[in-house]
Amino acid sequence: MRRYLICIFMLISPLLWANSFDAKDSPWDDGKAIDLSWELSPMVENVVISRYDSTTDSWLPIHSDSVASGFFRDQALEPEQEYEYRLQAFFREDSLSLQAGAKTKEQWFYLGKLGFLILLVVVCFAILYYIRAARRGRDFYIRRIAGLDSMEEAIGRATEKGKPILYVPGISDLDDIQTIASLTILSHLAERSAEYNTDIIVPCRFSMVLSAAREVVREAYLKAGKPDAYKAENIFYLTDDQFGFVAGIDGIMLREQPAANFFMGSFYAESLILAETGYSTGAIQTAGTAQAHQLPFFVVTCDYTLIGEELFAASAYLSRDPQQLGSLRGHDFGKLLVILLIIIGVILEIFGISNLKEFIAGAIT
Amino acid sequence: MKRSFPLVFAFAVGIIVLLSEFIPHRPFNQIVSTLEGWFMIISGFAILLGQISLIRMNTHKIVNKLPNWQYHLAGLISFALMLAFGLLWGMRETPGIIGHGESISSWLGLKPFDYLFDNAYLPLSATLFSLLAFFIASAAYRAFIIRGFESNLLMITAIIVIIGRTSIGTMLTGWLPESMQFWHFPNLADFIMEFPNTAAQRAILISAGLGIVGSSLRIILGIERSYLGGDK
Repeated sequence: MRRYLICIFMLISPLLWANSFDAKDSPWDDGKAIDLSWELSPMVENVVISRYDSTTDSWLPIHSDSVASGFFRDQALEPEQEYEYRLQAFFREDSLSLQAGAKTKEQWFYLGKLGFLILLVVVCFAILYYIRAARRGRDFYIRRIAGLDSMEEAIGRATEKGKPILYVPGISDLDDIQTIASLTILSHLAERSAEYNTDIIVPCRFSMVLSAAREVVREAYLKAGKPDAYKAENIFYLTDDQFGFVAGIDGIMLREQPAANFFMGSFYAESLILAETGYSTGAIQTAGTAQAHQLPFFVVTCDYTLIGEELFAASAYLSRDPQQLGSLRGHDFGKLLVILLIIIGVILEIFGISNLKEFIAGAIT
Repeated sequence: MKRSFPLVFAFAVGIIVLLSEFIPHRPFNQIVSTLEGWFMIISGFAILLGQISLIRMNTHKIVNKLPNWQYHLAGLISFALMLAFGLLWGMRETPGIIGHGESISSWLGLKPFDYLFDNAYLPLSATLFSLLAFFIASAAYRAFIIRGFESNLLMITAIIVIIGRTSIGTMLTGWLPESMQFWHFPNLADFIMEFPNTAAQRAILISAGLGIVGSSLRIILGIERSYLGGDK
């Protein structure tokens, strides 16, 4: 009876509840966050958390809530700094103020990315293993990629018609891996077009891509033994503007009527405008991108499409270099690993075990 | 030296950036933003290369009266006009060499650069973007022509999604009882977009991610050198 009376009394008087407010450095991060947690009487109606700002000597409200027990992560803080927090809890008739402080600490490892690191290390080791095996002379079967096999056909057609080849290295700058992958394909294509004495037109959206593309094509012509056939004016800058760039390329397609169009790299809303204009000119078209949303447009309008990974495998595939082909085998191992993880994850989820999902999800968040 | 220095540089930077992804401590957590800053500086200088290429290419075609040289003249004049207006009177709140140009701004209603930007550049850009609607229609028509099993499947799926995303879908199957709500067109369209469509897109993204890992590793280790112009 006495116990019940105490409980009733505590519910009536929230200030006598074991209210707590705690501030801790957010673990395994870059020292820019503090975790705040509170445990209050269930009678609480509103909670306001403020951070002390020493420059203005005032409390800045950073979060408000209405739950008795909660958690909030204060982010975008300075590392290795002391922070003071105040929690104000408002009850029907009373209010309460609690204070807590913590210091942000920079850690040496993102624990949340452990799953990602393990996967990366396994895939990297697999790629290196297969590269090493290829160096030792092991022969690997690599499936045919129609879009890359068609390059010869496209160049041959351009040569027969006496028309140039148009190569668009995407609309992203050189800091996009898709642009780098595109330039490696350009190297092989330029070499083949040099052998066939066919002009290759490369309009660029960014100056950095322009200088890299010029270097790549020049070296390709040199490698083909035809440095005199290289025309620097065929690799040019159009404009940084997305739709200005598209208008420029559409104009080239309609005026020059290239026999073959290549769209390789990163593309966005302009993909269909480019590919449809190319289709209307009757050119043989090959596209490749890792932008999943643009792939349907290319599949519909182009004769061949390199889907996602094929864009990155293209250079290795075209070079026929055993080391690079070995690395493609490593990609396949990575895919097998992901498939296995998905199957195991699905089975574990069916049985209500979420550990694997949480471990992998930690890497993403 | 011409080959080995970029290779060593690519290896060192690649490893540091990779490490910084897992080490939140300074200086590693600042490396990526520092390198991005460097990239912006180099890009700033490279803009000049682009402008030189633009002027050279257009001048060559105009001087030699190559076919359609008039378009190139129009391009050069537009470039020169925007450059001159921007330099002389500036844009928005930024003054130009001769100030804000109050008299010309009061006459046009805006600064000359902003006037051309809002009344020439933006409408032209929007016009080109709007062409997408017509291109989607023509591409969709070709994609949905029944040729085989796959195109048949594609057409049926597309029709379900199109109907499900319009009010006709709600009207056609709105009478279905609660137990058959799955077959209600909007629900069916949502199911297609949420499950088969997302699954296929994720498969592409995962494979592209693995491709990026492999491609990056080849570049970091110097096995892939085509982007430098050659293998030797």
